[in-house]
Amino acid sequence: MAYIILWIIQLLLIPLFSPLCVGIIRKIKARMQNRQGASIFQPYKDLWKLLHKDEVISQDASWVFRFAPFVVFGATLAAAAGIPTVTILMAQSFTSDIIVFIGVLAVGTFFLALAGMDTGSAFGGFGSSREMTISALAEGGLMFSLLALAFLAETTNLFGIAEAMASSVFALASLLPIGLAFGGFFIALLAETARFPFDNPATHLELTMIHEAMILEYSGKRLALMEWASANKLMIFMTLGASVFFPFGIDFSLSAVGITMGMLAWGVKIFVFCCAIAILESSMAKLRFFRLPDLLLISFILSVVAIGLIIA
Amino acid sequence: MNTIIGAQEGFFVLIGLFLIGALGSLALYRNAVLANIWSFFFAMIGSLWGIAFSLLCLQAPYALEIEALLSHSPLLSLSFTIDKLSGFFLFTISLIALFCSLYGMGYARQFFGRYNLGTLGFFYNIFICGMMLVVSSSNSVLFLFAWELMSLASYFLVIYEHKEESNVRAGFRYFIMMHIGTAFVVFAFLLLFKFTGSFSFASIGEQIALVPALAQSIIFFCALIGFGMKAGIIPLHTWLPAAHPAAPSFVSALMSGVMIKTGIYMMIRVFLDMFSAIPEWWGLVVLAVGAISSLLGVLYALNEHDLKRLLAYHSIENIGIILLGLGSAMTFLSFDMPELAVIGIIAALFHTLNHATFKSLLFLSAGSVISQTHTRNIEELGGIAKRMPATAFLFLIGAMAISALPPLNGFFSEWLTFQTLFQGVSSLDAISKWLFLLSAGSLALTSGLAIACFVKAFGVTFLARPRSHEAEHAAESSFSLIFSMGLLAGMIMLLGIFAGTIASFLREIANALINSSSVPQVFNSSFEGIHIGGFAEVSSLGIAGVLAGSILVIAMMVKYGVKRNQKVSIGSTWDCGVDLTSRMEITGTGFSRSLILIFKGILKPTKQTGIEYSDADSRYLPKVRTIAFGLADVYKEYIENPVYNLLVSISEWTKRFQGGNLNAYIMYIFVALLIVLIASLL
Repeated sequence: MAYIILWIIQLLLIPLFSPLCVGIIRKIKARMQNRQGASIFQPYKDLWKLLHKDEVISQDASWVFRFAPFVVFGATLAAAAGIPTVTILMAQSFTSDIIVFIGVLAVGTFFLALAGMDTGSAFGGFGSSREMTISALAEGGLMFSLLALAFLAETTNLFGIAEAMASSVFALASLLPIGLAFGGFFIALLAETARFPFDNPATHLELTMIHEAMILEYSGKRLALMEWASANKLMIFMTLGASVFFPFGIDFSLSAVGITMGMLAWGVKIFVFCCAIAILESSMAKLRFFRLPDLLLISFILSVVAIGLIIA
Repeated sequence: MNTIIGAQEGFFVLIGLFLIGALGSLALYRNAVLANIWSFFFAMIGSLWGIAFSLLCLQAPYALEIEALLSHSPLLSLSFTIDKLSGFFLFTISLIALFCSLYGMGYARQFFGRYNLGTLGFFYNIFICGMMLVVSSSNSVLFLFAWELMSLASYFLVIYEHKEESNVRAGFRYFIMMHIGTAFVVFAFLLLFKFTGSFSFASIGEQIALVPALAQSIIFFCALIGFGMKAGIIPLHTWLPAAHPAAPSFVSALMSGVMIKTGIYMMIRVFLDMFSAIPEWWGLVVLAVGAISSLLGVLYALNEHDLKRLLAYHSIENIGIILLGLGSAMTFLSFDMPELAVIGIIAALFHTLNHATFKSLLFLSAGSVISQTHTRNIEELGGIAKRMPATAFLFLIGAMAISALPPLNGFFSEWLTFQTLFQGVSSLDAISKWLFLLSAGSLALTSGLAIACFVKAFGVTFLARPRSHEAEHAAESSFSLIFSMGLLAGMIMLLGIFAGTIASFLREIANALINSSSVPQVFNSSFEGIHIGGFAEVSSLGIAGVLAGSILVIAMMVKYGVKRNQKVSIGSTWDCGVDLTSRMEITGTGFSRSLILIFKGILKPTKQTGIEYSDADSRYLPKVRTIAFGLADVYKEYIENPVYNLLVSISEWTKRFQGGNLNAYIMYIFVALLIVLIASLL
């Protein structure tokens, strides 16, 4: 029983802290633009407000539009259940396989894209088209970057990978493939979470927006769920990157001290990821849409090279 | 009871039921209503009997061997062997035929008064019967007879709606290509007969060592081309997107769901059962063919806006995925790793069964939409989800399953295929390792593109506003159609939830096929989950539970956790100040255009612009501007046309012999006689 409670607490860490990450990234970006910026807790206030607002639903929309936010949010929760966060002892075989993780996230993307098309607005349709283009091409890089670690750890279970990465001291030679795989993973992270240079989360410019275009017709609590789900997705990818590529401080003992240290390490690593994303977004421009496949191909090739170095 | 159904008599009853259905409906051809009921009723009873029969065969410890009409001439012997592999394919055929027949009885009503229902029933029953004979015959002459029966019956079903000329043309292409394929198959079996002296599958298998290596390779390529043409591998696929849309939808479902799998069945039978020691490169060739077919299949599907052609291209994609499993199994066997080959065979068989279920569901629900709107062009559809909610939901289930989204069945077979490839990457030699890795990369790209393609197919067809008058006035189809599709959708969910149990059944089949029950098993599965050694595990129930649980919890929390009653009002979509029309929605072409441009090196998109002026002389005011997007038909240009031109030039050349001069003809006879004489002396 205690095990299940701990597991649920670990799972809830993701949705609880994901709005904070968005707030931190926005704050850092504001500071880098010489602005004061809103409080880092502003996303929580936004969500709270949206949850209590009235809602308008398009007359053209079908049940898919009404149902989609729950599936999109539920899929992020299910994916969050499958990744190692603060301790690797919560390993389970349900949803922590690499392919299952990608598949569960794909369920969310599938419904998100359908919801974008459902209102019959040109914005939503093109947002869906762009989203599916990017996520179809990003899947290879994402899967193969994690697969490189899987061949190193000899398991495709994400907890197993985190455990192997944390416990064994790899030879200096294997740091190169790990680094390459992380490069591939980081590009896929930016693509999947709709950040620069793939998408600009801060604008509603019709020529470039991708994620915002799909959720343009949402309002009220459904919009809150969509926004929150997108924050969750960001948090999931950062946590996954932190736990499998840099598993320092992850808990092995399930003791109070271990878990506290694990949470502390997790918080620090997530903060570093937030800083990296914020600095990246402040220092580079969004790429042209037809340049993005090149970047995704680089992610895939980096991962293939990493795998090649490992299996050779 | 079991001893009757699961025995020789049971098999003859099975064939008999379909023959009664076929001949009865032909006899009743004057009465459309009776012919309709008679043919589909017997097809249903036959399918039910087939399910019971095949399940009993699957459980039997030994293969059921049937020898009827024993004679000493191998050409006349009717011999059938129903081992576990045949039993599995019989089960798949019967299962899909059951749902398709149930659907067909309601669907065929639209043909009353337009086409003859008697011939439809006749060819439909013969078609199913032919497929069953193909997977159960154990003699190559009998097999070829059954293969031809199946091909011919399906040809007549393709051209059933013969008043549309395009259907007849599609049927003709199908007819020609099937017979080219059959020629390769005949050649392969004749070579086998030459070296082993037998037409019986079992004795060919026993004496396969007598076949020299070169002949083995020729047989391999002939079988790959012949059976691959039936299965629809690229580049031999061109009949498939033409023929499948032409047939009535429930026949398309059967053709796409099970008929093309008979090609897969024969590949397994020949490559894994008959041949015992195969060279490594055979498996790698099959693997490469699978990778190419799956990736190109989904890319061509993205370009389609004809709903049934889109589904047909996805059949090619899925055949590719099945071949990835089969090819890796063959490679593992040639490296003497039966414990890993088992996983490949399980992946291939599981995907065969899964694809049969979700592809037939997709074809059936697409058929419902098409019979309501009378168009297959998705650019003229839209908004169907509000008008046909049940059909839309069922199509969505099929679309999610084919996109390999958990927890539906397609995901688990794709998971197994991925894991098979990963096993190859970590345990084979350098060249094979890289081929396996590239195949896994191609599969990852394929599955991502498949999701994009089905977002397009479902979104453009069912969501937003209707784009045509027909789509606007579509009404939900009748209960019998919904019911049969609902059963199929239930089947898809069950296959997903019980993936572990199904996989253990399939392991028995795979072990029986390659005699690997005694080797230590890497693969392990039960209801709780599927395990690949210590490398990977998946639990269907776990995924379904976590996913459904999270969705339910969040829905409950939003509904009951957030206090204050918010109003939900219905408004119009933001229209930027102008009236939104259906022409402002995204089209299927627009949706996939960016992906097509990204892959323009492979797809070779074409763009034709046309302009018509109000006044042809002045050319100032354009009346109509047209733009047509398409793909260059590389198969026609580089494969079909050269072959065609070669045939024509050979024919032109041989025409010279027929000069009309009687003296010349007499000389030909004389020369022929001389040659025969000399040949007999040698």
